[in-house]
Amino acid sequence: MILGSSVKKFFKDIRELWIIYKNNRLGVAGLFIVLFFITIALLAPFISRYSPEQTDPSAYLEPPSFQHWFGTNEVGQDLFSLNVYGARISLLVGFSAALIAVFIGSLIGLVSGYYGGLLDEILMRITDFFLVVPPIILMIIIGSILGSSLMNVIIVIGILSWSPTARVVRSMVLSIKEWPYVEAIKALGGSDKRIIFRHILPNTTSVIYANMALSASNAIFSHAAMVFLGVGDVNDLSWGMILHYAFASGALSSGCWWYFVPPGIFIVLLIFGFVLIGFSLEELFNPKLRKI
Amino acid sequence: MSSRYSRYVVRRFLGAIIAVFAILTINFFIFRILPGNPIELLFRNPRLTDEQIRALEAQFGLDKPLIDQYFIYLINVFQGNLGLSFFYRQPVTSVLMPRMINSLILVLPSTLAAIALGIVAGLISAWRRGSKTDVSILLIGMSLYSLPTFWLGGIFILLSIYYLHLPVSGMLTYGAVYSSWTDLLIDFLRHFILPFITLTLVMFGEFMIIMRNTLIDVLTEDYVTVAIAKGLSQTKILRDYALRNAMLPTISIIAINLGLVVAGAVLTETVFSWPGVGRLIYDAILNRDYPILQGAFLFITISVVIANLIADLLYGLLDPRVRYG
Repeated sequence: MILGSSVKKFFKDIRELWIIYKNNRLGVAGLFIVLFFITIALLAPFISRYSPEQTDPSAYLEPPSFQHWFGTNEVGQDLFSLNVYGARISLLVGFSAALIAVFIGSLIGLVSGYYGGLLDEILMRITDFFLVVPPIILMIIIGSILGSSLMNVIIVIGILSWSPTARVVRSMVLSIKEWPYVEAIKALGGSDKRIIFRHILPNTTSVIYANMALSASNAIFSHAAMVFLGVGDVNDLSWGMILHYAFASGALSSGCWWYFVPPGIFIVLLIFGFVLIGFSLEELFNPKLRKI
Repeated sequence: MSSRYSRYVVRRFLGAIIAVFAILTINFFIFRILPGNPIELLFRNPRLTDEQIRALEAQFGLDKPLIDQYFIYLINVFQGNLGLSFFYRQPVTSVLMPRMINSLILVLPSTLAAIALGIVAGLISAWRRGSKTDVSILLIGMSLYSLPTFWLGGIFILLSIYYLHLPVSGMLTYGAVYSSWTDLLIDFLRHFILPFITLTLVMFGEFMIIMRNTLIDVLTEDYVTVAIAKGLSQTKILRDYALRNAMLPTISIIAINLGLVVAGAVLTETVFSWPGVGRLIYDAILNRDYPILQGAFLFITISVVIANLIADLLYGLLDPRVRYG
């Protein structure tokens, strides 16, 4: 029963959000870009004409043609199929790492902002530390040590990317907890847990959604960069992997543009889609940034 | 100097020292949680004799408990001893030092150029908010922000192969003999230009968006509205009112985003084989050269902490609320 009503509430929230959101043209464009790639990832077997593993010994590093729309790579695989299937891992990493990052970040932001004091001081120092130390370097090092399964890469990216969310959520909580209704609930004897999760959290969801989108774009970028540098499983078919082989095999320096250009364009488009969504959500909830 | 400012300085210094210790501790434990024997990892060098291995064991205290190892590690680090590279068969410090200088040669000019360009574009964009100019600058900024550094670098390599005919690898032509200093300089600049543009463009996107949002906050303040109402000229409002007040948040946000500079540098150096710390990291990943990875991580993170400390102190000097509180 409770689950049913909270699901209903969730869809009501989304509907209300959509009513304001749909007027933001850049935001809607971003949403369409992301949906486009989700469709491609789901329909990959129907869109691509070859299996991504299939090699053709008679066609090494061939430029685009009618048989191979995006040309072939150094082992004769069809690059169009590789790029289509590559969308799957990039999206998977983007969404799951963002979920981990936003979950940790929101929790730390809520606790830190609500309780304040020494706990806040300690948590914020840790947050600053992760903001300052370049995450990509830590990711490369931890990733190259832990071993390179996809799961490890997702966890590493998630665990190292929560600090921006924590900062923003904390600053919101600081102002929300001063609102009279919070005080009223306290006076009525509401527990800390109840106040945090039932009364403060719902007021921060807007910021959390915006950070979700921005975290996803960061995760996709970090994953591509890690795989490109050779950390992470280079056997997992992703756009970063295609770029890795294009660079490491020397195809790039011999001028095979069809190998190197498309995966980058897809990464840029997908990241751009998430960034547009994130910025639009931020703009919606920050009146100072909203166009008058 | 008020006592408030000295207290601020002490706090920042303490923060930086704690951060350095946190980095050292992380660095120590990351490489100890590895499966397998740390001796194998730290000194996996087939040419080491048994005698050498025993000497290294004693130096790093690997026969002692973990906590002793930790203190021995700290002492070693402060003496500049970061172990031996598997691949280069040299102390990590002497491999890192020249690479660090090469990195700075690339990173410093690009960062300054990106900040300068970012300020100008952000200013124009914020002043003309909502106009076509603003939207196009914002779109350019967001696109550059979304560009993976290594891909942009690769595109420049392709352009160079087909059109520009610039060198795309290294700092100088390998094995070249120069007849004069100008020849050397020209050769260096030809190698420098593409990585420089790549790194500048990538950072420009980020800095421009930061600058625009900060300026919009400032431009909606009451004193700017008053300045406009008084009929002050556009240049005066922007220079004396908006920019001056936007400087402080910009400095602190740029300091926080220094990690971005490092990430950009690692990827740019990799793509263009620029012999800096970034390329060193890439090679170390390929060669599984853990001591180098560990040393490079330490170098980079500590430089970022120091750069942040400098930015914080500068912030305190510039902000009268901190100076005379």
